[in-house]
Amino acid sequence: MTTLLEHRYRAGEMHRFLAAEADFVYLPRAGAIFALDAATADVLGRLRDAPVAHGDLAAALTDDGMSQADAEGLLRELRLVGLIEADHVVSPVALVDSPPADFPLQALVLNVTNQCNLACTYCYEFGADKISTQTGKPKYMTPETARAAVDFLLDSAKGRDAVHVTFFGGETLMNFKLLRDVVAYADAKAAESGRRVTYSLTTNATLLTDPIIDFLAGHAVGVTVSIDGPEEMQDARRVYKSGKGSYAVILPRLKALIARHKTRAITARVTLSAGVTDVVAIYHHLKHDIGFHEIGFAPVTTTEDGHDFGLNGDGMRGVLNGFHALADEWLDHALRGQMHGFSNVSETLSELVVGTNKSHPCGAGLGLLGVSPSGDLSPCHRFTDADEHVLGHVGSGVDQDRRADFLARGHVGAKYECTSCWARPLCAGGCHHEAFVRYGDTGHANLHYCDWIREWTDRVLAIYGTLAVRNPQFLERFADRKGLS
Amino acid sequence: MKHLTPLNAKARRISADLAAQEEDVVALQQAPRPHVPLGCSLSFSPGWEVDATGGTAGLCQPVERDLYDCYVTCFWPVQVADHVNYSPDWASNCAAATKDWRNLDIVFP
Repeated sequence: MTTLLEHRYRAGEMHRFLAAEADFVYLPRAGAIFALDAATADVLGRLRDAPVAHGDLAAALTDDGMSQADAEGLLRELRLVGLIEADHVVSPVALVDSPPADFPLQALVLNVTNQCNLACTYCYEFGADKISTQTGKPKYMTPETARAAVDFLLDSAKGRDAVHVTFFGGETLMNFKLLRDVVAYADAKAAESGRRVTYSLTTNATLLTDPIIDFLAGHAVGVTVSIDGPEEMQDARRVYKSGKGSYAVILPRLKALIARHKTRAITARVTLSAGVTDVVAIYHHLKHDIGFHEIGFAPVTTTEDGHDFGLNGDGMRGVLNGFHALADEWLDHALRGQMHGFSNVSETLSELVVGTNKSHPCGAGLGLLGVSPSGDLSPCHRFTDADEHVLGHVGSGVDQDRRADFLARGHVGAKYECTSCWARPLCAGGCHHEAFVRYGDTGHANLHYCDWIREWTDRVLAIYGTLAVRNPQFLERFADRKGLS
Repeated sequence: MKHLTPLNAKARRISADLAAQEEDVVALQQAPRPHVPLGCSLSFSPGWEVDATGGTAGLCQPVERDLYDCYVTCFWPVQVADHVNYSPDWASNCAAATKDWRNLDIVFP
């Protein structure tokens, strides 16, 4: 005689959200988004307080008018998707797995110089929280090192048709000559094997000239400008060593950049810091007064005490309120079929479209590495010239042990607080560099902004749900914006 | 799927996986509804891969009996010795399966 196990169900791990008067669910184990029907909502409602036996659940559904077969079908569907699970099922411990040692590289960030003509007071490279150890190291990358870096990238990117080089600093344009040489060398070198290289650079815009802009446009080099907003906000911390603000210098150069460079989107990257938190005003100035195509915002990275520039809880709340206001604008545009330039929505939405489920917060140490002027490899540009974080050298390749250690500590499965958080597929614990500055460990979850991330992710999910109901074609525009990484 | 509508690429993959399962092999005791074929137990075969607790200790016959029954009589799709061409003597030392199943030969394909 066979006795049957009586299954009792509990609700699986999920984040439910409402949008456009419809019911949705986000599944953190997969990164999947489903719309629910009323019957599903009914089942989840019955499991809200305690597990319910399979038979009782099926009986309740049939009492409500569902046929036995339909009730069994519904429970099976919910069980297979993971919205309900048997209460004796033990969730597997998150696996901290390593990528293969020959994981192909996709991008290098070349720190062509660690020198800068500005002295922004919050700078992570030179400011109070700097982790770089530059004493005695080259200030400018040499052509030999740059070429070795390109060779290393192409050798390490086996199987990829295209690779990417980002030029970074310091102030990148203080070594523009090298940038030009690298583009010529990398284009030729990649062509030998039928591949291609795409480029981008980040700059403070102070050194842009018409010939430089024309070169960037001619080679489709994507340009990101570090800028904090209107004059009073820009000049609060983005200053020369004399303390003089940089806004007046960059304004005409930005106008020329946007007027002449039409081959790639020109984006602004805003660092939010104490007193510089009015994201709505900043956005509209950069978008409409200056003409940037996209504007992205990130709070300044700093330690717990924040010095005089960090954002405290009130500051972060104000930022989030501003994000919500811009999110309203973004959605209004999207419902009309128009793109809005607030890239914090666009970037998250792109990840939701594919269902990104990250093992690591970003590509640092995986498909992306930073290169210091000396040729040392680091997880990303934020760790360049920091002895403690060297992951090898362009001449000798990746130090696999150090890389494995970095990735094991940064894996979302190794961050205990993340294992029960529904936002982990997108956040994965947050920036490695911020974690190091804040907690002294690249593998520490960035606990100071968990609530912030969850509220923001919930907001973008609601935008997603609204578009799924009212303008689903618009979502398709984001399918190719960002690959799974 | 009747009750959930997939809205992103990952959800569509899950949906496609589930659709594929509809036509898939069903385990004998796939929870929560057991799929119990008639017949095996009549021809002296336990017929279950697992017992009611999910293990093999509580089976009414040794799990190895399944193999023999598949070889002799059954349709159950398990990998067994080919008694037509290559291993005609596989069960020659096993006159009474309930007692002699340990004498089933080892076959190396």
